[in-house]
Amino acid sequence: MALDDRKTDGFKYIGTRPNRPDGLDKVTGKARFGADASASGMLHGAIVRSPHAHARILKIDATRALALTGVKAVVTRADFATGLTGEDADLLENVIAGEKALYDGHAIAAVAATSALIARDAAKLVEVTYEPLPHVTDVDAAMQPDAPIIRADAADDSVPEGMHPNVVRYMEFGRGDLEAGFAEADAIVEQTYKTEATHQGYIEPHACLAQLGADGRGELWCCTQGHWFVRRMCTALLGLETSQLRVTPSEIGGGFGGKTTVFIDPIALALSRKASRPVKLVMSRSEVLRATGPTASASMDIKIGMKRDGTITAASGVFRLQGGAFPGAPTAETMQCAFACYEIPAVHEVGYDVIANRPKQAAYRAPGAPMGAFAVESALDELCRELDLDPIEMRLKNASREGTRSSFGPRFPRVGLVETLEAAKAHPHYAAPLGPNQGRGVACGYWMNWGGETSVSLAISEDGTAQVTVGTPDIGGSRASMALMAAEALGIPYENVRCNIADTGSLGINEPTHGSRATYASGLATIESARQAIGKLCERAADKWGIDAEAVIWEDGCAKPSGPNAGEFPPLTIAEIAAEMGSTGGPISGHHEATPNGHGGSFGTHLVDLEVDPETGRTTILRYTVVQDAGKAIHPAYVEGQFQGGAVQGIGWALNEEYIYGQDGRLQNPIFLDYRVPVASDLPMIDTVIVEVPNPGHPYGVRGVGETGITPPLPAVANAVATAAGVRLRHLPMTPPRILAALEQKAGG
Amino acid sequence: MRYHTAASFEEAVAIAAAAEGVTRFLAGGTDVLVQLRSDVVTPDDLIDIKHIPGVSEIIRADDGGWTIGIAVPGAVMGEHADLCRDWPGVVEGMELIGSTQVQGRATLVGNLCNGSPAADGVPALMTAGATVSVVGPNGSRTVAVQDIPTAPGRISLSKGEMITAVHLPARAEHAGDAYLRFIPRTEMDIAVVGCAVNLRLDGDVIIEASVALGAVAPTARLVPAAAEALIGSTLDDAALSALAEAASAACSPIDDKRGTIAFRTRVAGVLARRAAGIAYDRAKGASA
Ligand SMILES: Cc1cc2nc3c(=O)[nH]c(=O)nc-3n(C[C@H](O)[C@H](O)[C@H](O)COP(=O)(O)OP(=O)(O)OC[C@H]3O[C@@H](n4cnc5c(N)ncnc54)[C@H](O)[C@@H]3O)c2cc1C
Repeated sequence: MALDDRKTDGFKYIGTRPNRPDGLDKVTGKARFGADASASGMLHGAIVRSPHAHARILKIDATRALALTGVKAVVTRADFATGLTGEDADLLENVIAGEKALYDGHAIAAVAATSALIARDAAKLVEVTYEPLPHVTDVDAAMQPDAPIIRADAADDSVPEGMHPNVVRYMEFGRGDLEAGFAEADAIVEQTYKTEATHQGYIEPHACLAQLGADGRGELWCCTQGHWFVRRMCTALLGLETSQLRVTPSEIGGGFGGKTTVFIDPIALALSRKASRPVKLVMSRSEVLRATGPTASASMDIKIGMKRDGTITAASGVFRLQGGAFPGAPTAETMQCAFACYEIPAVHEVGYDVIANRPKQAAYRAPGAPMGAFAVESALDELCRELDLDPIEMRLKNASREGTRSSFGPRFPRVGLVETLEAAKAHPHYAAPLGPNQGRGVACGYWMNWGGETSVSLAISEDGTAQVTVGTPDIGGSRASMALMAAEALGIPYENVRCNIADTGSLGINEPTHGSRATYASGLATIESARQAIGKLCERAADKWGIDAEAVIWEDGCAKPSGPNAGEFPPLTIAEIAAEMGSTGGPISGHHEATPNGHGGSFGTHLVDLEVDPETGRTTILRYTVVQDAGKAIHPAYVEGQFQGGAVQGIGWALNEEYIYGQDGRLQNPIFLDYRVPVASDLPMIDTVIVEVPNPGHPYGVRGVGETGITPPLPAVANAVATAAGVRLRHLPMTPPRILAALEQKAGG
Repeated sequence: MRYHTAASFEEAVAIAAAAEGVTRFLAGGTDVLVQLRSDVVTPDDLIDIKHIPGVSEIIRADDGGWTIGIAVPGAVMGEHADLCRDWPGVVEGMELIGSTQVQGRATLVGNLCNGSPAADGVPALMTAGATVSVVGPNGSRTVAVQDIPTAPGRISLSKGEMITAVHLPARAEHAGDAYLRFIPRTEMDIAVVGCAVNLRLDGDVIIEASVALGAVAPTARLVPAAAEALIGSTLDDAALSALAEAASAACSPIDDKRGTIAFRTRVAGVLARRAAGIAYDRAKGASA
């Protein structure tokens, strides 16, 4: 889009760190999250889940459950829409099983009762008869000729003849002369890398309250990243008209991509329709881990050639991702980001989307990117060691910059990778001394970010304050950022702006807060809405002064006459114009809707120091520095928070988090005790450096920052472990048993 | 489920002895309630024992021996300066349990009677030579802590029996104990390996020693061979290697989501060496 009016410096409010508007309510417990919703006459739901990884459902008998006092309804797949195709069919199949249970925890039926305890007891009384089937959970095993077929018809035309039916999508791209590139290289690394599935680990489990009448009109209150998505999905799965369901988002206790789809909402609606009462459904942590979207697991073959001076001559990658029992593993994103940081003359990538008996993967912070980064940035580190090159210098030599033809095709516009590398090199962290058993790791990462459908309104109140209405749920402080951008554009104090998240009945379609898009896209629309409102404010002033609207400018929250023929009038403040607006033409507001596509990608460089206990294989993170390009940091504290959060989740993925399946195909660790996210005492304070290379596609230069930060930690930690322990681990997570086994193997061999 | 609040040990025992289904005593509830909510154990009778007079007290007898009430939470033990001075290893085992919130409730006896092979409070009780008082329908008895756990989730008390107190012997001069556990994170994990060492010195020479391991066998257990490796030594390298070897040899662990057999076996030796070092320093007078 054309941005006639870009501003990248001289800000008054942008770049300050005011308190967030939702802060007080959150620290005092008043904020209402998903499970805080209630309605009179409300029932409580509970879900019956498969104990089998793969089984045919022979019979569901709810007689005993329905006989229990207080039970008002039981739903099964028969209570949902039929004849769905494509993604809707997969979505429904995941929300509630049809003929087969496809993974441990797959929803089979649901019960609504007058109390949560009765519902739980009733769920145990629903008798499901299963015929267990052979299962497979590992991506490489699922591709073997003898692997059980999970769904015979899930593959599309992209898959080459002769592949196992579990391979459901195939993609391939590249350019340049690979053979010549490798021939030119002084060193070649060729290795296989694996990552395990990890969960987003948001603190708030999914929760909703649903009300749906026999007339097909309904209300849904839920914890989500995107309520228009929820509306579209729920109405499709229930056979309703889209506009007849109004969805209102609650405050949200984290999502990281995992709350951009639906799991329990359609079930609560179906129960409500059947029982003619509002129904509340709240997941337990175990349900969250067993049956919502973790990310994909990956197995990757990487080959990279490099000259003695560090120039990358050629690279190829084969990426096999498993995203549960449904198509949709983020293979394309893995491929797009894997080599994106570098200018490579010859590159070739092949990707497979594979299904297995696991829950349907959901987006997780830069979906797909961390896996590819782990493989590629580890391989580059191996080359640096072989050729004795400084890892930052090598990266600077090959770094993508403005005009670089990316590995996936298009040329990069102005991007900030070089700036992050220079800042990392100059950071005291990079020169700090290391002790025995300690190592330092460096890695880069990229995420392309996203624009997406966006609709924002801004209204001026009678007292000259402003209200911004957006449709992107606030996960990381975005209401504060919207208010800062509106304040900047209008020239009024931050405190005079209130930003609200509207329900689906109050705005046009908004995509979720995903793809690091909220501050970019809703921010852009907020600024444009403010500018539209300013136009109207100037018109009112012009009318009052009896001059042309073009002769009025807006400065510091006031209309002022400007130009030689405008005449002399004292400035009119926003409050003065607003006070009279009812009699000067009615309410003043601005509105902007668009699908902006000038989201600039964000690059980052991370540094980590850690120590490995050589006797136990235990890793302690000693120091961590995130350097990332934010374009323009609207609220720097929340940008830093995103950097730190991404780093922490990446550290967890690298060291201890993983979905562990038993021989029986059941998830072994569906509680936080054994699904080991880092706890606060595991980590040092994560240091941050905000690099600002303004994004040409945003009025104030904003780039999304939410996702890139999870990409470099996996390889950065692996590269540091390679130094500290003297062993290279190519399979994440690098748990103490895996590191100790590698050390013993090295000592023995 | 029936919920009872017992006013005396006699009452608690009577309820437990008469109960027909699944029965649990409710001390801190940090195992019982978690198991209830996750559908692992749903008791038919739940007997709250925190209101029995005296159960929240820590008493030092004239001979220097200690009696710890069955409802004393970890946080209270951790703030008891004299107990920490005498038995730092016992206290640090208990204090590793859970988080600040869990520490406000969790008890030593609950930890022991839950019967987990990985219970952090148990190995140091064994090396301390702790005993428990048990009452039941057929009278009372005193049992050594190492005779309580029998298998994962199982203990040697019979129906209607309960523990009424924990006893630690008087602390000798020039003695120290320590407990270490291995977890991949810094807290909120179950021990993958645990090791307690208690020893007494004459000058630099170890004259008494006791070593116990947790999480490497169906129950926490004393390892006499490991203790032998220490006795008579000055904790020199040879003794430490012999100790590690004996500790590893005593392991019969399982492979599970928390650790492999090879890992647990190897790390048991490492922890034994490290715990012995700390206990030795404490015996020499270093403060806990
Ligand atoms: C978040 C969390 C973290 C944890 N971390 C750890 C950890 O790091 N290490 C660890 O070892 N444990 C841990 N635990 C488990 C638990 O906290 C401990 O085992 C604790 O010591 C149990 O004590 P309690 O008083 O809460 O026992 P309760 O739950 O009240 O009782 C446990 C068992 O003991 C029996 N019992 C209690 N008192 C008596 C008695 N007087 N006589 C006979 N039987 C009795 C009960 O019937 C029950 O079977 C954790 C638990 C939680 C929730």
